[in-house]
Amino acid sequence: MRYNRWALYGLLCLAAIMIMAPVFIMISTSLKSMDEIRNGSIFTLPADPSFAAWSKAWLGDCTQTLGKKCGGLSSSFMTSVQIVIPALILSVGLGAVTGYSLAVWKMKGANVMFAALLVGMFIPPQVTLYPLIIMIRELGIFGSIPGLILVHVIWGVAFTTMMFRNFFKTVPQDLLKAARIDGAGFWALFWHVMLPLSLPILGVAMILQFTYIWNDFLLGLTFGGRSGQPMTVALNNLVGSQFGEKEYNVDMAATMLTALPTLAVYLLSGRLFVRGIAAGAVKG
Amino acid sequence: MAEPAPDVLQRSDDQKIPIKSGKKRWRPQWSAGVALIPAMTITIVCFYGFIIWTFIISLTRSRLLPVYKFTGFDQYVRLFANERWWTAMQNLAIHGFLFIGGCVVFGYLLAILIDRGVKAEGMFRTLFMLPLSMSFIVTGVIWQWVMNPGLGLQEAVRALGWASFEFNWIVRPDRSIYTLAIAGIWQQVGLCMALFLAGLRNIDPNIWKASRVDGIPVWRVYLHIITPMMRTVFFTVFILMSAIVMKAFDLVVALTGGGPGFSSDLPARFVVDHILNRQELGLGAAGAFVLLCTVIAVISPYIYFELKKERGGRGH
Amino acid sequence: MNGVELRDVTKAYAGITVMENINLEISDGDFLVLLGPSGCGKSTLLNMIAGLEPVTGGSIDINGRDVTALEPDERDIAMVFQSYALYPTMSVRKNIGFGLKMAGMPKPDIEERVKEVAELLQITPLLDRKPSQLSGGQQQRVAIGRALVREPAVFLFDEPLSNLDAKLRADMRIELKRLHERLGRTIVYVTHDQIEAMTLATKVVVLDRGSVQQADTPENVYRRPANRFVASFVGAPTMNFVDGTLVREGDQMFFDTGKGKLPLVDVPAQANEMVGRPMTLGARPEHLMFDDAGISARVVLAEPTGPDQYVRLAVAGAEMTARSGPEQAFKPGADIGIVIDGARMSLFDLENGQALLEG
Repeated sequence: MRYNRWALYGLLCLAAIMIMAPVFIMISTSLKSMDEIRNGSIFTLPADPSFAAWSKAWLGDCTQTLGKKCGGLSSSFMTSVQIVIPALILSVGLGAVTGYSLAVWKMKGANVMFAALLVGMFIPPQVTLYPLIIMIRELGIFGSIPGLILVHVIWGVAFTTMMFRNFFKTVPQDLLKAARIDGAGFWALFWHVMLPLSLPILGVAMILQFTYIWNDFLLGLTFGGRSGQPMTVALNNLVGSQFGEKEYNVDMAATMLTALPTLAVYLLSGRLFVRGIAAGAVKG
Repeated sequence: MAEPAPDVLQRSDDQKIPIKSGKKRWRPQWSAGVALIPAMTITIVCFYGFIIWTFIISLTRSRLLPVYKFTGFDQYVRLFANERWWTAMQNLAIHGFLFIGGCVVFGYLLAILIDRGVKAEGMFRTLFMLPLSMSFIVTGVIWQWVMNPGLGLQEAVRALGWASFEFNWIVRPDRSIYTLAIAGIWQQVGLCMALFLAGLRNIDPNIWKASRVDGIPVWRVYLHIITPMMRTVFFTVFILMSAIVMKAFDLVVALTGGGPGFSSDLPARFVVDHILNRQELGLGAAGAFVLLCTVIAVISPYIYFELKKERGGRGH
Repeated sequence: MNGVELRDVTKAYAGITVMENINLEISDGDFLVLLGPSGCGKSTLLNMIAGLEPVTGGSIDINGRDVTALEPDERDIAMVFQSYALYPTMSVRKNIGFGLKMAGMPKPDIEERVKEVAELLQITPLLDRKPSQLSGGQQQRVAIGRALVREPAVFLFDEPLSNLDAKLRADMRIELKRLHERLGRTIVYVTHDQIEAMTLATKVVVLDRGSVQQADTPENVYRRPANRFVASFVGAPTMNFVDGTLVREGDQMFFDTGKGKLPLVDVPAQANEMVGRPMTLGARPEHLMFDDAGISARVVLAEPTGPDQYVRLAVAGAEMTARSGPEQAFKPGADIGIVIDGARMSLFDLENGQALLEG
């Protein structure tokens, strides 16, 4: 029995090391100089940790710029923030209201609509990409932050609706009856009873939507244009478009910077993230 | 009839709660209908309408811009004659098999290890799920660096003394597709673990008590009793991972760029490339539609069961 | 009229009629209990009175006003639920005041009413707590408070005591009865518990499979069940039923089961006309009286319950339960004589189960 326990912990630690190794390599590489990278191993700790690569990744290298921009990630970070916050609030808000309507107010066709939404969650974005481009262009918001926000709301609403609907379905019928007898209408029931009840699920939906939107690449690439380039797109450009020798330390610092917001949200939210995912938060 | 008893709460009529009149009142059901309009519009127009639109485009000879001159299924004929498309589809099969298989096997094993009742369970779980919070782009860039044959893992292992060690798959056309599976599993194994763990925690603890009383070894309990009980979880995991595989775009772009050549291309990337960069709108649309059909083929049993469960649940 | 009146109320789900032509008059100040097994339609009926479920046909009047087409909050009713259904995120104060707030009552007035109700129910110290911090009994009080504060014409209770443990249930029962006497308001109360029905009701309506079986005072429902269903549903242990015929031998009436003759005493005169007719005899355990002159019965089993004991007897080819005081000892296998109290027994038609004796 005791040997079994040792083997158990041994296997778990091995798995943990394998999963953490790339993260460790990313961080340690970002703190090294290029000389050290060329002459050392990816496994070694940085001999002389320096944030030089980080500042270069963030601000860009202004000595070799093409045009005005220095190519750093700071501006696309701001773009990402400007996209994520409104898109997050709108998609979660719309999902909450839609999920609530579908779950609580038994209407004809509510189940059909829910099924249609559920299927929509699995549609690869490539399939509707071009018509969406045309629509956004016709609305005059192609290549801008509002355009990206709208696209993210469109793509997020199926997922947020599903989360809220499934939660609101578990609210006891008696509670809804009590509220109706108390005279609460559609919005009063939502604001005073249902929304306060759904705070945990609201948190889960916020965290997951934040992660999805921040991590999106395809929509940012397609709809962002020049002025609406989110951080993932900027990172991909940075890594793919250096001249001369690749600066791996800058690449890794940029990667770390891009990953940091969602990583921080994940580590801070802890159980909520796990709960959201395990609660059947299905999204590809 | 009965004389009302002296009533503490008795009030004159003007102090009663105003009872709203019943005639013209706005019904809450109407509000619910109105509230559904945005989501309904998105579903009908942006999901299903656009699918039809894409299908229509795929029947035309559109290149840079949509032109509605129909050529029947010509684009599909071109698509199926396109070597790059077949490479991408073949890669989808290979990648799908390795990625889904790897996620299921490793995810289930990790879940079992954690379920054995370890200390610091929370820490292990947090670590295993950490890559999940990172984007596919980040994942791709990290692994591109780790698998870099010049300065990455290959070099590092050789420096440790194993001089003949070779790990240059990322630059080999016959191997680059496997690197996708490695990076993909690394990122998604935590999700599978979490889903399996939730399933294991749902298992009636009395099963464990009974098997201990019967003296059945732990591994046999997992193999013959627990695993069959978990089949719906396996099913869910399979569906979720399939959806990820078929949408896989970012990871290829960041890790291999589809290369070397088109050796690690995937259909999702083929479609985007033809629509956005190659001015082959009709061909891209045809590819997208074939991709959608593949997704539907895999997903429909899942949707069917979800909705059936829903219906069964309402019966009570 | 004041009170509640249901006229030809019909309910159908997806074309299947589950309730047909229910007619009920609930007078002002009545405590009406809807009693029946689960699935009999009692909750559906209550929900229809509340306006939570639409009626398929017929109409409902509350205090002389036709409310059939009105929303629940327009009907001048309040409801207490089995699960209490308190709003989990609101304090007790807000829970009680929520209906008034929705009706647009000014804040100070709400405050005052909540205070009054809280004092009446002795929950003032709990006003700032959340429902999750309350015991089951306290939650029940808050739920009642939420109904009281609306001062409705009719209170609706949907199995309000079912979630409480036995001791608390008995206490709350007494309190509900007091509250009704004090307020004098009309109450419609749904339960499957016959003790609650007997103790609380001024009028009991026994329902089965969507139709009214009997509507009467609790005493009459117990003493003179209208049919076999009511007779078997009300009373614990359940009434004894035996099939057979009434026979007369000289002055003495018997109930002949074919395997023995049960002697009946104090038989009402109206039974004379039924001699020779096949029927079902219904006798509650207390209607079996021990008498050495009676028919010989064999003791199968004795179940002491504390204040009483119930004795299972094999007699005249049937098994029957008799009630006895706790002192007497019954040995299984022993023989004992019994007679049946003809004044209190019931007789039912063999075919349709309707009661044959009147009054």
